[in-house]
Amino acid sequence: MTYFPEEVLEHIFDFLSSHQDRNAVSMVCKSWFRVERWSRQRVFIGNCYAIRPERLVARFPRLRSLTLKGKPHFADFNLVPHDWGGFVQPWIEAMAKSCKELEELRLKRMVVSDESLELLSRSFPNFKSLVLVTCEGFTTAGLASVAANCRDLRELDLQENEVEDRKGHWLSCFPDTCTSLVSLNFACLKGEVNLGALERLVARCRNLRSLRVNGAVPMETLEKILARAPQLVDLGIGSYNHEPNSVAYTKFRNTILTCKSIKSLSGFLEVFPRCLPAIYPVCLSITSLNLSYAPGIRGLSLLSSFVTATSFNAFGSILDAIADKGLEVVASTCKELRELRVFPSLFGAENAAVTEKGLVAISVGCPKLHSLLYFCHQMTNAALITVAKNCPHFSRFRLCILDPQKPDANTQQPLDEGFGAIVQSCRGLRRLSLSGLLTDQVFLYIGMYAEQLEMLSVAFAGETDKGMLYVLNGCKNLRKLEIRDSPFGDVALLMDVGKYETMRSLWMSSCNVTLAGCKTLAIKMPRLNVEIINEFNDMEVEEEENLCDSQKVEKMYVYRTLDGPRQDAPNFVTRL
Amino acid sequence: MEKQELGLEITELRLGLPTSDVCSKKRGYSELTDENSLSNEEQQQHQQQQHKNLNKAQIVGWPPVRSYRKKINKTGSKGSDCGKMYVKVSKDGAPILRKIDLNTHKGYADLVVQFEELFGCFAVEGGVLRDYSDKSEFVPIYEDKDGDWMLLGDVPWEMFIESCKRLRIMRRTEALELKY
Repeated sequence: MTYFPEEVLEHIFDFLSSHQDRNAVSMVCKSWFRVERWSRQRVFIGNCYAIRPERLVARFPRLRSLTLKGKPHFADFNLVPHDWGGFVQPWIEAMAKSCKELEELRLKRMVVSDESLELLSRSFPNFKSLVLVTCEGFTTAGLASVAANCRDLRELDLQENEVEDRKGHWLSCFPDTCTSLVSLNFACLKGEVNLGALERLVARCRNLRSLRVNGAVPMETLEKILARAPQLVDLGIGSYNHEPNSVAYTKFRNTILTCKSIKSLSGFLEVFPRCLPAIYPVCLSITSLNLSYAPGIRGLSLLSSFVTATSFNAFGSILDAIADKGLEVVASTCKELRELRVFPSLFGAENAAVTEKGLVAISVGCPKLHSLLYFCHQMTNAALITVAKNCPHFSRFRLCILDPQKPDANTQQPLDEGFGAIVQSCRGLRRLSLSGLLTDQVFLYIGMYAEQLEMLSVAFAGETDKGMLYVLNGCKNLRKLEIRDSPFGDVALLMDVGKYETMRSLWMSSCNVTLAGCKTLAIKMPRLNVEIINEFNDMEVEEEENLCDSQKVEKMYVYRTLDGPRQDAPNFVTRL
Repeated sequence: MEKQELGLEITELRLGLPTSDVCSKKRGYSELTDENSLSNEEQQQHQQQQHKNLNKAQIVGWPPVRSYRKKINKTGSKGSDCGKMYVKVSKDGAPILRKIDLNTHKGYADLVVQFEELFGCFAVEGGVLRDYSDKSEFVPIYEDKDGDWMLLGDVPWEMFIESCKRLRIMRRTEALELKY
């Protein structure tokens, strides 16, 4: 084999951007492994317990960007107890010692403390970007230390986190010398912010492209900000409520016309619907619209007029108050739509809801749709079959019929055929969430056709172990499988235990899996962590003594790991 | 019918989020159990399913929406179908004030009916509130966000409940005096 000097190899590897490619080259031979490891800058870890932080920093000392995910996905829906784990502290400590070049940290579903943020802000002189998605455990004091100490901060992006407000004016902690911000998102914060500090910050950060504020930022401040930052590309509006004939509104209406670059709009956390027309001119060219945090934009006609004013073509996120009629409007105006999310309003508005009709309309008008999250009150097989035919490009298809186990609204049949059509037509499907009445048949279809499927979410579905087995046997690329309230048990769990080492994780709750089955799995596969969560047991007594082996396990989380049992598991989590 | 009762039970048991899917659940199941469309066996099966679901009276984590989002929907914009909006109502001549939840009303007509209930002997005649026991006429006004007293009924209902801080049922004679 021709010998390449390592510098050449490194240069070639620079062109590999995907994690999978870099992982692959690192396994070719020792020398490639060495070169790859020294040059690797970005690492993605989908399960923070799959590996200890020390190992990570030992292998990749030049790490610049780390993405970590903590809790299992179902933690989003309160299925995982509060203190389950997912702490970022050990990671920051390890990197503070050995990876001084860290520039970017992206966390999802992790517990982040103020101490962690403080340590982060002091340990990495080049730190540029902090992205926290559905994390918890920190307060505005932690944000203050990030603002104060990260000299070159470009991005502070807080998405849907639970943040305790300490009234510390964290925004004022950005020093006057800070001019580097490109992206600032604090829409999820509940408390007041120092408006003057915000205005000054925006004024001096000439490169600011993305700004999403919270509900405490009123229209007057927003107007001043926009006057200073007409170059904004992404805007998240906080408070949008003034009388249409007020001075503030008039000023705002004029100023926003100067913002010709806005491509993405979100927020409207507090909104006065009569003020929306001021936004319409801006909306003519936006590509991304997120109204899902705006229950104040109610009423079909209002939503419809908003939608016709905008022709968002890349991404739309709305509440189901838009109703089928509204979706028809979307379908007729947003031909380039690629991603759509329709969330349930969950409050009042029983009449304004979406059904299969809205989805079919969308599929007809928007054939480029590849990502869908759709909460609806009913669905039919016929509709799903039509959707599958019209939109063969789905990579993410998540359907949630609000009534568990609800059958086809017309025929009362299970929805097996409908979902079957989806997996058969969409050969590139990577993520699928099922709902409604489903038998084992749908899993047979999934196993047969969903070759690219990486993540499957199952709730209240299936009849026998065969269902789960179809999926485990058929889906070669399966990475994450999460199942709740479905009749799958030990037979399905144990049929092919080796499969779980090819996957990131398996979650099963309120199924028929027993303690004995879990123990067997744990014994056969020592490189898996088989964790049982039993919240209601006496904490002092070992779970095994309380439960007999034939008892069903409430929640089980299985994941592959290189480093054995984790040290920070709380009382209610037992690793078998 | 038994199923309707069970539906109501669910509503009573529910401590958590008042989700619209409870109502739709009732509708859904009554659709399902339409006796004309199902055979006996199917009916039984659906009954069993219904029982199974009913036993999980409170399904944790369903629908799968992040609590962050649920909270946004609940507290979202102040007013407009979310939560309760109690404002004080005073009537000239009545020493004790009352409180009204504006969210329980759909419009001005509704609201005025409650004035009747609260203060008695009231009627709306030709757009004018008349207290027959007093033989005087009343004008309903409200204090808005800016502290100004406004006549009820000028602005659309949604706008009104957004900005109304308190209500006052003022004697017309007094209102006329204010002009001077």
